[in-house]
Amino acid sequence: MREPKFLLENVSYIYEDGARALHDISLCIYPHKITAIFGPAGGGKSTLLRLLNRLNDLVPGRHLEGRVLLDGEDIYAPGVDVHALRRRVGMVFATPVPLPMSIRRNLTYGPELAGVRDRARLDELVERSLRAAALWDEVKDRLDEPASALSGGQQQRLCLARTLALEPEVILLDEPTSGLDPISTAKVEASLQELKRRYTIVIVPHSVQQAARVADHAVFMLQGELVEEGPGELLFTRPHDQRTEDYITGRFG
Amino acid sequence: MSRQLRQQLGFTLLGLATTIVVLPILLLVGYILVQGASAISWEFITAMPREGMRAGGIWPALVGTVLLTLGTAIFAVPVGIAVAIYLAEYAHDTSLTRLIRLAIINLAGVPSVVYGLFGLGLFVIFLRLGTSILAGSLTLAIMTLPVIISTAEEALRAVPQSFRIVSLSLGATQWQTVRRVVLPQALPGILTGVILGLERAAGETAPILFTVAAFFLPRLPRSIFDQTMALPYHLFVISTQVPGMPLRIQYGTALVLLAFVLSMNALATVIRSHFRRRRQW
Repeated sequence: MREPKFLLENVSYIYEDGARALHDISLCIYPHKITAIFGPAGGGKSTLLRLLNRLNDLVPGRHLEGRVLLDGEDIYAPGVDVHALRRRVGMVFATPVPLPMSIRRNLTYGPELAGVRDRARLDELVERSLRAAALWDEVKDRLDEPASALSGGQQQRLCLARTLALEPEVILLDEPTSGLDPISTAKVEASLQELKRRYTIVIVPHSVQQAARVADHAVFMLQGELVEEGPGELLFTRPHDQRTEDYITGRFG
Repeated sequence: MSRQLRQQLGFTLLGLATTIVVLPILLLVGYILVQGASAISWEFITAMPREGMRAGGIWPALVGTVLLTLGTAIFAVPVGIAVAIYLAEYAHDTSLTRLIRLAIINLAGVPSVVYGLFGLGLFVIFLRLGTSILAGSLTLAIMTLPVIISTAEEALRAVPQSFRIVSLSLGATQWQTVRRVVLPQALPGILTGVILGLERAAGETAPILFTVAAFFLPRLPRSIFDQTMALPYHLFVISTQVPGMPLRIQYGTALVLLAFVLSMNALATVIRSHFRRRRQW
């Protein structure tokens, strides 16, 4: 099997108030696959996701045990450039938040901060990432209009495109379709299948059904613990753990 | 009493309270306008005072007030916004920052004459700046800082947290996030606070009394170490210290000061509504 992109070794995560969000998680995330982390609310899925690009650094008083390795290197080691890490590991959030600027500036924001100044290069990035997020045809004639004027579904695809414009290696998606209608959801899911050829994708799906639709590798989490993981087609048809079966058949959650 | 009637009574009382507030303001402005309008002329604005201020104009006092307001802005605006950014964006919620906030709130309540004495002690005497535009501006700046800091901090906090998280997730540093996303969004609120603070500085008498204001100095200041006349103090002088003062000159001076302050207020309103229309969230 290929080298894992992310390797989590005995990761525990404790909040300031002593609440344990993650308990002794060990997990491999492989490149060019969609890894879906699913489970009921409060299970630590988002916390796990935010550990991978160190967005949890913003929470005061956090306490992390274990190691998180990206391409074999500890991303929590002293001296790691967090900002460069976040460009390598991009993130799309549950609620689309276009920055209060034009569509174009939303897309060039990250690359410009990373030092890309060349106009032609930026234009190319804008077009390529909008095409990859299936938004180009809808916005190509109004790139300089405010991004907030887009519909909800378009905004979420813009946020996906904005992450792609960073040219990341990994894309994290935290319930990216929770606010979208079925047609927009289908568009985003179709994009993911296309994108996994070039990126490593980790998604917290907004439903078990979505997890089953998109997951190459599925991870079931319950109350901060990793209950079971496995290839998507196996985990959803023949789960080993009773709790996994109860959850995917809708007995709780 | 029926519920309808009680509601009617409530509305009437609220309306009455509003009228009680608004009426004196209208009367005040109207009265000054009526009494002072006849004094206003090109000469009154642009000439030096003559004959023990009983004739001539208020030019040096007007220039002095404009200079003091500018001087206050130069010191108070950058420092005030910097402190607000620190408090809103960087400082963690510790007992120290809570103490700083408490101090700032309390500073806003300190009587202006106390600022005047403080400025006299620190800037005029201890730092040997003498009674000068520099000392006066610094004193007014210290008085203005709490207003600027608290309104700017409010404006920064009103920017949705999600913008910051998104910006950071795109690889921005915290400063890049503040500079490129948060500050532009908070700017209208910050500007409003700045102008309200400066407006208060422009109209104050006590802080400049011991630090810069000249009783009678019929020439323009030569440097920032020079004294100057200023509108609020000039108004005090011609209202209480000079016998036989023509009433219309007093009200004319009051009218100019009022117009100066109100036009700053109007500017703040225009800026706010201009940016609000452009806001994208």
